[in-house]
Amino acid sequence: MTSRIPRTIAIILAGSAMAVAGLTMQTLTRNRFVAPDTAGTLDAATLGLVLGAMYVPSAPIYLRMVIAVVFALAGTGLFLLLLQRLQFRDIVVVPLMGLMLGAVFNAASVFLAYREGLLQTLVTWISGDFSGTLRGRYELLYVVAALTILTYWFAERFTIAGIGRDFAVNLGLDHGRTVLIGMGLVASSSAVVVVVVGEIPLLGLVVPNIVTLALGDRLRRVLPVAAVAGAILLLLADIGSRTVRHPYEVPVGVVLGVVGGFAFLAIVLRSRGRVG
Amino acid sequence: MIEVRSLVKRYGDTTVLDCPDLTLDGAGVTALVGANGAGKSTLLTIAGRLLEPTSGTVLVDGHDVTTAPSRELAARVAILRQENNLAVRLTVRELVEFGRFPYSQGRLTDDDHRLVDRALDTLELHEFAARRLDELSGGQRQRAFIAAVVAQDTDHVLLDEPLNNLDLRHAAQSMAMIRRLADEFGKTVVVVLHDINVAAHHADRIVAMRSGRVVADGEPSTVIDEPTMREVFGLDVEVTEHHGRPVVLHFLAS
Ligand SMILES: Nc1ncnc2c1ncn2[C@@H]1O[C@H](COP(=O)(O)OP(=O)(O)O)[C@@H](O)[C@H]1O
Ligand SMILES: [Mg+2]
Repeated sequence: MTSRIPRTIAIILAGSAMAVAGLTMQTLTRNRFVAPDTAGTLDAATLGLVLGAMYVPSAPIYLRMVIAVVFALAGTGLFLLLLQRLQFRDIVVVPLMGLMLGAVFNAASVFLAYREGLLQTLVTWISGDFSGTLRGRYELLYVVAALTILTYWFAERFTIAGIGRDFAVNLGLDHGRTVLIGMGLVASSSAVVVVVVGEIPLLGLVVPNIVTLALGDRLRRVLPVAAVAGAILLLLADIGSRTVRHPYEVPVGVVLGVVGGFAFLAIVLRSRGRVG
Repeated sequence: MIEVRSLVKRYGDTTVLDCPDLTLDGAGVTALVGANGAGKSTLLTIAGRLLEPTSGTVLVDGHDVTTAPSRELAARVAILRQENNLAVRLTVRELVEFGRFPYSQGRLTDDDHRLVDRALDTLELHEFAARRLDELSGGQRQRAFIAAVVAQDTDHVLLDEPLNNLDLRHAAQSMAMIRRLADEFGKTVVVVLHDINVAAHHADRIVAMRSGRVVADGEPSTVIDEPTMREVFGLDVEVTEHHGRPVVLHFLAS
């Protein structure tokens, strides 16, 4: 197939973007279980896609991307707002709150899609799938590459912000703005990934946890490693998705859901022995 | 120079700080003392622009901390808060290097590296430089955070109970280090100390607070006497002398 090269590029960019997004979110919220999956970001982006398909069905793909990004930003912003009001920023309560928020967005998506007869389409968005990655769409992922590079450029600031508000302000950093910039950058890039290939679950949660466990929390050092690891993991998942039921394809999101789920469980069980 | 101007902090109807006027000038160590809740941390964190006052302000070298750009202030005043027990996975050296961020914005020069090494030396952290903070004891971590402030190399240094978690040896060593900051490097150091005798021995000046107000201010020998200690700590103590410095026998209080 001629879709090989675009597909491979798409996988590499999407995988690294999701891992970097998770890593950045974990740093800025100081919670190892916060990622685009658990901050409502992915579900908000999907809701944007559904609304786009309903109200501007003939809109070009880049316009739908903009809508999805706006929704992802709003959803993530709402998560941050709720986080600010949370009394006990417990390691588990925070992502749980994000999951609830995501569930609300998701319910709205399903409701609307059901009413409009878009359920079939919704399923492909929710379960990341590269088989539909054709020319004219995967180019959007260059936006993701740009956002990821920009995230790296801010890496040192994000690490400082992650140490704590007082520490950051003492060093002359505007803590609130730094958090917003970081969350905004990675919420945008994961929304673009949702538009091109659909939701890629767990990658943003699992990869950063493994990488930081080994290499520490300094983003400038771990971010490139996380990006590469995310790309490799998604490439492997893609191979898996094409071989499990050959000659058919299982959505890569499903493969990741299973593999990532187990990896995530292992991380949770391990981290219970340590201080949160 | 640090100038406090008509500074007030309220939470609801409760005034936790009311400091009309206080000036700290020149090299030296000023100790802030007082009972729990006296307002020491409040005063210090406002001066370090980590907390907004209700009214009034603090000037650091003439710069209003409530309005001056934070980045400019970062090169003039460094503050270390009381709670730093976060188990972040950075090495000691990485943390201390962040102390240079106001100048380097992440790209350290040779000068920056030298100051980082000096700070690590000063706090005897060289052997831990490559260790991760989450693998250190509370006291070692506390010293790493102090080293970051030392590396920041500002004229004004504000430390909130830096001796917390430190064993006797490292507490004594840290106080000696704080003296060096003033004597060798000419810094204006303000340090909250809960042990009045440590303050009496090491500080040039003691500012004693109670219920948000400064109730005594001056050299240790003038501030530390039995009536003042009763007023500040609500405790009847005996005050004696050691090498010309007052010593409070607080552990004998009934
Ligand atoms: N966020 C807050 N809300 C209400 N009261 C506060 C808050 N922070 C501090 N306080 C009160 O302000 C007073 C002074 O606190 P603080 O400056 O921390 O005292 P110190 O450092 O001298 O022990 C205390 O009575 C404390 O309870
Ligand atoms: Mg205090």
